[in-house]
Amino acid sequence: MPADFISNLYVFILAGFVGFEVIKRVSPLLHTPLMSLTNALDAIVVVAAIIIAGRHETRLTTILGAIAVAASFSNMVGGFVITDRMLRMFKSGRSKQS
Amino acid sequence: MTALDLQQYLDFAYIAAVVLFILSLKFLSSPTTARWGVLAGEIGAALAVIATLFSPEVTAYRWILVPLIIGAGVGIPLGLVHMTAVPQRTALSHAFGALSAAMIGIAEYYVGTTPVTRFEMGEIALEVIIGSLTFTGSLIAAGKLQEILPQRPIVYRGQNFVSLSVLGSALALAVALVVNPAHALLFPIMVMVALIFGVMLVTPIGGADMPTVISLLNSYAGFSAALLGFVLNSKVLVVAGALDGSSGFILSVIMCKAMNRSFTNVMFGAFGQVQASAAGAKEERVVRSATAEDAAAILSAANKVVVVPGYGMAVAQAQHKVRELYDILAKKGVEVRFAIHPVAGRMPGHMNVLLAEADIPYDRLVEMDEINGDLPQTDVALVIGANDVTNPAARTDHSSPIFGMPIIDVDKAHTVMVIKRSMNPGFAGIDNPLYYLDRTLMLFGDAKQFVGGIVRELGGGH
Repeated sequence: MPADFISNLYVFILAGFVGFEVIKRVSPLLHTPLMSLTNALDAIVVVAAIIIAGRHETRLTTILGAIAVAASFSNMVGGFVITDRMLRMFKSGRSKQS
Repeated sequence: MTALDLQQYLDFAYIAAVVLFILSLKFLSSPTTARWGVLAGEIGAALAVIATLFSPEVTAYRWILVPLIIGAGVGIPLGLVHMTAVPQRTALSHAFGALSAAMIGIAEYYVGTTPVTRFEMGEIALEVIIGSLTFTGSLIAAGKLQEILPQRPIVYRGQNFVSLSVLGSALALAVALVVNPAHALLFPIMVMVALIFGVMLVTPIGGADMPTVISLLNSYAGFSAALLGFVLNSKVLVVAGALDGSSGFILSVIMCKAMNRSFTNVMFGAFGQVQASAAGAKEERVVRSATAEDAAAILSAANKVVVVPGYGMAVAQAQHKVRELYDILAKKGVEVRFAIHPVAGRMPGHMNVLLAEADIPYDRLVEMDEINGDLPQTDVALVIGANDVTNPAARTDHSSPIFGMPIIDVDKAHTVMVIKRSMNPGFAGIDNPLYYLDRTLMLFGDAKQFVGGIVRELGGGH
């Protein structure tokens, strides 16, 4: 088994635990914004897509990479925009009166 | 600067991004800090993307900048959709995320001069299968939510057997590729089979199960990104994928618990079909109905009111009228709260977003477990477009298909009023004994118009 795999597995397991602990504490009130925010963060695969497209090795891989850049970047931009729009709407009774 | 130095810069940018991503989710624990979470996420993502654009490996900028512009051109309008369209937008974004992970995995198979090792082949095959099935599955879910496709489950005899055989063949092709990665012809076939399985996975699932399905697809999309991180040896992808995957997984567990069902039951249960036939034989029972005038009189005489919104409120776009009702009653000194069932609507948290959009303060929105203790002291429970989540058969009737599902105990309130289009049973086809109780008044009509009628009777509205 490659050494890289083991170190990635460590990172995956630890990140999974961190994710579990952090997300458990998110109020059910915000479960919809949670989903759109994690979606925007997950769109970080755009960095891998940029490298595949940018290396320009073969026509096929470049096109696949370019599609991936567009798909994940639209998630990144759209995810942040809609999450912020939703969160702006959540107002408490007190802040509304002031 | 040498290439090595640049690589280190890239690594530091990625580490910073990962830290900011975790902080971003941490800020989401409270509505007061949540918007900082978006900012942290944006800074992290921007750092990572800009650093990558300066990576020495990147040379063909034309192939990056054009897709980035297209991505922004698609993403921004999708970020600006109406709040009622959020569930389908979310399903579509799972599809895009999975598409991008699958595309990169496929490219990775074809890239480079040396053939992939067996171990790498296994990683790539698994990643591409999950990415592909999540892509088509999410598209079907989005189509159902947008009502391009029928929301009812599409089922046929032996469906589970056929679906599992298709999944089995995708996995068998993956194994064949691991045995001999040079069988290049098998790879596109495997991708096709996985794409077909995604369609078969979601078509049998009905609208009421969408909160669970969206969460599961969220989880798959995350885990496919994490697997891609293994393939590319990219820690930032492993972490972001693990965060997204565990978030989707936690939400799926919450949704399943809120329906008292297991994952396998949701994915292979085809819930609605069985019930429709079982509910066939039943005698006509009497219900009491009331007008907007009656409802207004009862509400203005109440001290404590609990509103239970459901998918019907979203469909009728009634949330703004509900807010007018809330304002008038609050002015009259009536305490109004909203009881939110975890699976009300079409995705986790759906009702909260719609009510927040209508400017109802979030401290008025109460979770099911918290409100149930107060319902016996509640004067009026007003159910707007919710059905199964208020069905007392879930507590009492062992033969009911939803027996054991946690519900909002509206039948314990002094008076129950239910706004409903007609007596037709809800989506799952399960009869609701709540409607035949002596304390229940049925308010027949469109949710938006009926609530508007009550508001007019109370002397408000426009």
